[in-house]
Amino acid sequence: MISFKRYTTGHDGVRRNLLKGCAVLAGEPLVAFGSAPPRAEQPPTSSRGAPVPEPVATMAVRFDVNGATSRLQLDPRTTLLDALRDHMELTGTKKGCDHGQCGACTVLVNGERINACLSLALMHDGDRITTIEGLAAGEQLHPMQAAFIEHDGFQCGYCTSGQICSAVGMLDEVRRGMPSHVTADLGGKPALTDEEIRERMSGNLCRCSAYPNIVAAIRQAGTPS
Amino acid sequence: MKAFTYERPSSVDDAVKSFVAHPLARYVAGGTNLLDLMKLQIETPTHLVDIGRIGLDRIDEMDDGGLRIGTLVRNSTLAADPRVMRQYPVLSRALLAGASGQLRNKATTCGNLLQRTRCSYFYDTTLPCNKREPGIGCAALEGHNRMHAILGASDACIAVQPSDMAVAMRVLDAEVETVATDGSTRVVPIADLHRLPEDRPERDTTLRAGELITAVRLPPAPPGRQVYRKVRDRASYAFALVSVAAIVDGDRDNVAAARFAVGGVAHKPWRDARAESQLQSAPATDAAFNGAADAMLASARALRDNGFKLSLLRRTLRAALAEATTA
Repeated sequence: MISFKRYTTGHDGVRRNLLKGCAVLAGEPLVAFGSAPPRAEQPPTSSRGAPVPEPVATMAVRFDVNGATSRLQLDPRTTLLDALRDHMELTGTKKGCDHGQCGACTVLVNGERINACLSLALMHDGDRITTIEGLAAGEQLHPMQAAFIEHDGFQCGYCTSGQICSAVGMLDEVRRGMPSHVTADLGGKPALTDEEIRERMSGNLCRCSAYPNIVAAIRQAGTPS
Repeated sequence: MKAFTYERPSSVDDAVKSFVAHPLARYVAGGTNLLDLMKLQIETPTHLVDIGRIGLDRIDEMDDGGLRIGTLVRNSTLAADPRVMRQYPVLSRALLAGASGQLRNKATTCGNLLQRTRCSYFYDTTLPCNKREPGIGCAALEGHNRMHAILGASDACIAVQPSDMAVAMRVLDAEVETVATDGSTRVVPIADLHRLPEDRPERDTTLRAGELITAVRLPPAPPGRQVYRKVRDRASYAFALVSVAAIVDGDRDNVAAARFAVGGVAHKPWRDARAESQLQSAPATDAAFNGAADAMLASARALRDNGFKLSLLRRTLRAALAEATTA
């Protein structure tokens, strides 16, 4: 019993020290490279004497997010995605690859779907942004949200907000007659076939591979009842 | 991302002035390529000039019957423009074959033309790349190079230009309008916009520092059927291994005129007048298409992993030409 206690105490001590070390390591890059606004109480040099860059001048941006005006003061490096998640606590929009390859960060800007990770927040001054949090009308789910639940269009759910926002934007593109790579007649009215849905949704990856159910959900939401 | 200052001018003049006033400036429009490269610190500008609000987002008809595409017209808007779909379907098709719905909503005409190569060694900052860091060497030469060039490459660089749109614009003989930092304007044929790597692969184009693309002019479409064929590793949302933009005037019995540009195989959209002349005033037979492919491939050189592109280019060209000559 005693030896066990000694062991656990020592082990915890090691872990505590390790965690402290990690906190220092994690803390420095936050000051040096992070997009969080510089904090006044931070010392100008790190505890290891590494040079810390000058704090970056922040800039003001104002946009409408889910119907409410937001005014933020941001490091110019802040992407729209990080502004939503880290500065507005709208964490429904997910960061997947952060390089425009997976679509998890898809939001609607002035009604059109884009990758929020490949856009600077400052570029959206005056824009109207809709995230997954803004789709429902109060307790009433957006038809696309309801269809994803009905058809089990997800497994882990990480890609789902991006899938749903992308699908909402995509159906509007179809309504406006925009063609896709698989549309046979460029000038004709595109049909919402499974082939069209798959092509138009190719910018949204689902690593759980819930694609058949995602396609079924979108087909239902996009088909007038 | 390295720190930078940011300005959003409201005119071309102010954009150029903002660029000139900062030594390591870059223009940003949609940002879908530049911001990605900045996150990876492959691009490290200290000043961004956001040209998103300078206007130039219209498609206008020109007196000669062609179209003038504003530099900020987005890829999705351009692809779905009724005039483009009707008169230049090869351009609509090329745009729709590229990227994803989200990216096309953000990407602009000028940005698409100026997007940088997707060579994996250009992206890997732990390995040498002459395009990223002139003179340091090219890891792709002896590396995994199945995506790389078979035409016009050099010992310094074997990267390919990734744009689908540029291939269609090349076959349409588009012209690029620019304004330089001294305010002077010029018109660059798209054939002269992108360049071969030679010993200066860090230069993708012939534009000078700070020169801003303001529009792309499309001359009236030549007669004939327009086709865009793209072959890639997956059915959607992937860069081309090989692509072909073709316009053929004529039918099975006689080809009056044929032109084609190919993508995914060189540092610029590739055209070959000798290959095109193989089809002139001849029946559209598979033998004739093979002759055109022979001419185009005469100077091709395969690397360790991309020998398949020689036969893939031949087959894709034959398929595109067959489609363009089928009534």
